[in-house]
Amino acid sequence: MLTQESVRIAAPVQRVKASRKVLGFLRDAPLLPFIIIMAVVLAAIFADVLALHDPEVSVKDAVGRPVKSYLPPFWMKGGSFLTPLGTDFHSRDILSRLLYGARVSLLVGVIGTLVAGALGTTLGIVAGYLGGWYDQVIMRITDAWMALPSLIFAIFLASVLKPSLWNIIVILALVFWSQYARIIRAQVLSLRERQFVQLAEVSGASTLRVVRRHILPNVLNTVMVLFSLTVGVAIIIESSLSFLGVGVPPPKPAWGLMMSEGRGPLIAGKWWLSVFPGLCIMLLVLATNLLGDWLRVRLDPQLRHQ
Amino acid sequence: MEGGAAVRQFILQRLGYSIITLWLLTVIVFTIVRCTGDPALLMSDYPGIRPEDLAALRTQWGLDEPYITQYGRFISNVVRGEFGKSFQFNMSVRDIYFKRLPNSLQLGVAGFLISMVIGIPLGIMSAVRVNTWWDSVGKLVALLGLSIPGFFVALVLILIFGVSLGWLPVLGKGQQFWEPRFLIMPAFALGWYFAGSMLRLTRSSMLEVLGSEFVKLARFKGTPEWVVIAKHAFRNAMLPVLTLAGLQLVLMINVAVVVEVIFSWPGVGRLLMEGLLSRDFPVVQGVVLMAGAMIVMVNLLVDILYAYVDPRIRLAR
Repeated sequence: MLTQESVRIAAPVQRVKASRKVLGFLRDAPLLPFIIIMAVVLAAIFADVLALHDPEVSVKDAVGRPVKSYLPPFWMKGGSFLTPLGTDFHSRDILSRLLYGARVSLLVGVIGTLVAGALGTTLGIVAGYLGGWYDQVIMRITDAWMALPSLIFAIFLASVLKPSLWNIIVILALVFWSQYARIIRAQVLSLRERQFVQLAEVSGASTLRVVRRHILPNVLNTVMVLFSLTVGVAIIIESSLSFLGVGVPPPKPAWGLMMSEGRGPLIAGKWWLSVFPGLCIMLLVLATNLLGDWLRVRLDPQLRHQ
Repeated sequence: MEGGAAVRQFILQRLGYSIITLWLLTVIVFTIVRCTGDPALLMSDYPGIRPEDLAALRTQWGLDEPYITQYGRFISNVVRGEFGKSFQFNMSVRDIYFKRLPNSLQLGVAGFLISMVIGIPLGIMSAVRVNTWWDSVGKLVALLGLSIPGFFVALVLILIFGVSLGWLPVLGKGQQFWEPRFLIMPAFALGWYFAGSMLRLTRSSMLEVLGSEFVKLARFKGTPEWVVIAKHAFRNAMLPVLTLAGLQLVLMINVAVVVEVIFSWPGVGRLLMEGLLSRDFPVVQGVVLMAGAMIVMVNLLVDILYAYVDPRIRLAR
């Protein structure tokens, strides 16, 4: 009874400590990338509320007729607050498309990288911990996989899969797992030699238990750093695929697709169709890169001096 | 003698790995294509393709045979450099690939030079004046290089120099093989991305050499600072930079897809997209396999070069 009591008392104390730890961790996160990412996340979540118009159909004026296509942003001559950042060739509202586009970029980039991370980490742990033939086979496949540049590989996969949002996620997962596998394997190799792992093995812990209790928690930092560093590349690859017309299919708004639709008008001087989505991609990737650099330094003291 | 044998063994091992990698690459490509079920159906959207063409394709690829026989046929074609026939161009994929390759080489080399011109001097300045204003500029350029997608750089360049100022042509490659006016913008858009990684590498390599004993000794001896930087540090720091630069050159030739599409540059990247968009599948497969083969071979070359140049790699084994 007594022990149960003490556990019951101890538990909330623990929780306070953990939440304070998370807060303290986030407090010295760099402000600028944090703000940008929060803004994109909020835009993605609340796109339905924030968007002034339906992103996939043309904007109608008060009388119900479609407004002109290629309307400029509001501060230029001919622009209006009805469509603050102008309209595209279907007279769709660019601002609304940007907000919904945030959803596509985030969803695809984050889920794709997460799946890649789960797959790569699993394979890396299997290769590193079990060694032997598992290691040889997995690492040779990883090498071959990495021989193809990610963009070429993604385009190749896009050529055999039908273009859809979920297939883009599959493509990103298939392209990026190999980087996790290689780095996690190297780390597991060194962990395997450490005493706490060997002691656990000696004391009869099962392979699954050693991996879950001792290996996995120790590679999670690396996984997080890798995640933050690959998510930016994944977003660029996604927008490249959309830009090339083999990514998210129209009329769904994706930033890369919007840029490519703006290519023709750009030559005629109508820059707002492609410059705004381009800026969005740039800011989001910039923010993830900055946050990734910070996380790398924060989570890996050995890298602090590099 | 001992060292020579070790190097030979190292090279043989690398060679073996490379061959395995190349072979696995063909297995991966083959498997992914077969995963779709009937690869001939990938061509079915091709405009103007007839059912008998698809049937001919199925016999040509042997699609009714077991997978292992199909793979045997596939790999024997690949080894001979036969990637099939392009429907779109009505010629062999190999011929059309090698017709396009010089254009990609030209663009790749130009973009490579631009990335070196931006990356190396800035990297050196960042390392020599570490933690100063120069260093911050370097960090910013590196960060922007990694964060701004090449196609955005390309579109902004087109907007400024092609549309607003009207100085440079926005499409194509020109009549002659060598027309710098057409080359500048695509090369810059391509080189931009790699300038960032070049800068980071130069900086870290310079920092490492500048902190080494022989540089300290040179300074103690009273050698002028610029001689220390130019002669002692720079020369030694350039080895990793240049070897990685070689890798990047090959990467640039192969990943220029988006830039080539934007500027209608007739290279292999655009060939890949033309193949993809018109469902000309043999073209896609050929370009992908060639890209993989090129990169595996350059990786091997870099490993061998390193083994000769840097004895520590030999000893580490």
